[in-house]
Amino acid sequence: MKEARPVSWGRACLQLLYTFFKIGLFTFGGGYAMIPLIQRETVEGRHWITEEDILEVVAIAESTPGPIAINAATFVGTRVAGVPGAACATLGVVLPSFIIILIIARLLRHFAQYRVVQHAFFGIRAGVLALVLRAWWTMFRKCPRGVIPYAVAAGAFLLTAVLGVNVLLVILCCALVGLISSALLAGRTKR
Amino acid sequence: MILLELFWSFFKIGLFTFGGGYAMLPLIQAAVAEHAWIPGEELINFIAVSESTPGAFAINISTYVGTTVAGIPGAACATLGVVLPSFIIILLVSHFYKKFRESRVVSGVMSGLKPAVIGLIAAAIVRMGQAVFFPDGVTAAVLKELSTWISLGIFLLMAVLAFRKVHPILLICISAVLGIGAGYLLL
Repeated sequence: MKEARPVSWGRACLQLLYTFFKIGLFTFGGGYAMIPLIQRETVEGRHWITEEDILEVVAIAESTPGPIAINAATFVGTRVAGVPGAACATLGVVLPSFIIILIIARLLRHFAQYRVVQHAFFGIRAGVLALVLRAWWTMFRKCPRGVIPYAVAAGAFLLTAVLGVNVLLVILCCALVGLISSALLAGRTKR
Repeated sequence: MILLELFWSFFKIGLFTFGGGYAMLPLIQAAVAEHAWIPGEELINFIAVSESTPGAFAINISTYVGTTVAGIPGAACATLGVVLPSFIIILLVSHFYKKFRESRVVSGVMSGLKPAVIGLIAAAIVRMGQAVFFPDGVTAAVLKELSTWISLGIFLLMAVLAFRKVHPILLICISAVLGIGAGYLLL
């Protein structure tokens, strides 16, 4: 694996599929949990991308829509073998979850009728609420501070939770507010 | 056409989700409620399943909703829908990503989206809380229900564990045991 560029596209695509299948299979929780494994497999294992590229992947994933797993797989895939490579890497990272969830969905439907399972999920729902609250707290602490960000967060909360405004509309409005406020701030510092 | 509807809904969800973690949750919640694909409680159950299985939440939830609504073709359409926006955008961006990342427009938009996600997830948590504690709606009678107080107790206990960074899968197991115990002994 000293070679930076694999000999043929076909082989490169198969390697991408296999590597990202492994990455998809062994990450629990998804998102940022996937980054260390992607780094080990693609930087140290295959030499497809460099250490700096990984930082770029994270930065890009943060400013483009969609799950970080897909962003990273597409990015590495297209670097190694163009559009077919991107397709293979993305397919690879998606397939494990897809197959596992298809099986679990069937099992859940079968077991949902049992009282034990219903009681278990009664407890689990309260636990999940705690988990999501914890995740929210982590995101809140990473969020930029200041009057404008807090106002945007509070506005988004009130619009959806109290007034029931469409979520997509709220996202578009907040993007616009961010664009305008940062343009105004940039104008002020120039002067 | 149900397959097209799944694809289009999840395409929109993929296109408008920024940031990792549960950033997708508010959009999923809205789409699932709008189409009445699965009950709100089942969505919360599934978050636990997704935490305990490999892969990204986005892929797990789109596969689950898709297969529940329209079998394997439904799962394929929903997952393709959620994947496609990032796939296309990364292909477009990957060649001039430095310019993209340093762009004023992108950083301006993101300065609005990051706090927006915080507010939206908070709203999603409130809706989840309603489904967990008051599954039959909020009325005065709810306060007399033992099950409301039990789930509130489990939630508080799990919140303490979650903030002490107990592993999510272990936390889910503990809350399942508590749920079973309470279900057989008290309810």
